[in-house]
Order: sequence, then C-alpha cells, then structure tokens
Amino acid sequence: MSSDMPQVFGIFSVGIVLVFIAGLYCLIATSNLIRALIGLELLTKAVTLFIILTGYVTGRVALAQALAITLIVIEVVVIAVAVGVIVCVFRHNKSVDGKLLRNIKG
Amino acid sequence: MDINIILLIVLVISAIWTVMTPRLPRAAVGLGITSAVLTIIMFKLSSPLAAVFELSICAGLISAIFISIISLMPRITAQDRDIRQKEHFHKYGLLPVIIVAVAIALSQFHLPTNFNLPAQPVENDVRIILWNLRHLDLLGQIVILLAGAFGVAILFKERKNE
Repeated sequence: MSSDMPQVFGIFSVGIVLVFIAGLYCLIATSNLIRALIGLELLTKAVTLFIILTGYVTGRVALAQALAITLIVIEVVVIAVAVGVIVCVFRHNKSVDGKLLRNIKG
Repeated sequence: MDINIILLIVLVISAIWTVMTPRLPRAAVGLGITSAVLTIIMFKLSSPLAAVFELSICAGLISAIFISIISLMPRITAQDRDIRQKEHFHKYGLLPVIIVAVAIALSQFHLPTNFNLPAQPVENDVRIILWNLRHLDLLGQIVILLAGAFGVAILFKERKNE
C-alpha cells in the first residue's frame, strides 16, 4: 500500500456518500416510477465505485473488478425488467405515478 | 487542485443535476454523464475492464433504455409543465443543502490512516480471477441474464385479447 492510499480512500469515500445520498433522496422523494429507477441507478453507481475503491486500496483490483462486473450485469437486468414493469403499469393506468398503484395493496 | 477531487466534484454535481432537473430526458442524460465520469474515475483507480463495462452498459445501454421509455410517455401541456416544475423544486430544493452539510461534516471527520491489510494476493489478473476463482459468479450472471430476458419477453408480450 503506497502512502497516498488513506488519502485517496478518504477523498473518494466522501464523494461516494454524497452520490449515495442524492440517489436515496431521489428514491424517497419521488412518486414517479422512472425517476425512482434513476435514483436506484445512482445508488448502484455509488456502490460500484465503493467496490472499485476498496479493491484499489487493498491491492485486490482484479477481485474488485470481477465483483463490479457482476454488479453491472445484475444492474442492467434489474433496469430492463423494471422498465418492462413500468411499461405494463403505464398501459394499465395511463400514468407512471407510483401513488396510483392501489390495486396491488396488500 | 488534485484531479481526483475535480472528478469527484463533477461526479457529485452531475448526480445532483440528475435528481434536481425537472425534465426526465435531462435526468437520463445526467445519469449518462454520471456514468461517464465514473468511468474516468475507475480508469484512475486501475480498473480498466470494469470501466469499459460501466461505459458501454451504464452510460450507453441504460441511457438508451431510459430515453426510449421516456419517449413512450405522453407529452404534457406547457401549463402542466410549469406547475410540475414548481412542485419539483419545492420537493428537491432541500437536496443541495443536505449534500453541502454532509460534505462539510465528512470533511471534519478523519478516517483512520493505518489499514491492517492482509497479504497481497498471488494472482491479480482479472481474467484469471473471473474464470478460475469467481466462475460461480459467471454462472449466476448467465442465469440472471436469461431470467431478465424471459421477464422482459413476458412483460412486452402482446396479449391476444387486447
């Protein structure tokens, strides 16, 4: 580990927390399903960067890259299926407002 | 100023812009910009393969998916748009304040400078790690991709009675 690693870890972890907060705020504040997906994407980006940063700091870049690639693949599948669900919701309700999803109350 | 700090500032600003902008196409573009900046940071953190994945899939494919679904939505009138913009800024106006407050609070907090790290691994080639050590991950990825493909096919399937 070189001498600048703790500094790099400190700087990047602040940025990761801020991006995570932006994504979480978007997810909590909105009722639009597309915007909620965008918030989820921001959360995933913060986590991806944290995995890569941890790999860089610990010297296990290859393992971190393998995990990040797995995360990205799962992320794109989640987004594709969620977009399909949103299209179905739009066909039924003529809106993508999450507050209108009363018929799945349980 | 350090290049890492500049990149992080651009990353955070693009993330905030993505959340704050009232128009969804701009939010999708902001998400693409965030992904592109994240790619540069990944290159800086010596992870080129993950960076290429991030650029091609997140900045490219996911932005295209978002823009295509937004294009399916109906247009709103100018009056509705003004009302929605006011509501939007009212709803999201607190975010920059929270971000600045957290950034100031975190800059006062000092992380430990001594990490007790385990010994360096013998193998540090991502291809060998991915194929030899994490092959179950690859199997899981294939299963999830197939599940996603079937899920999307079922969701987009036109029903006969419709």
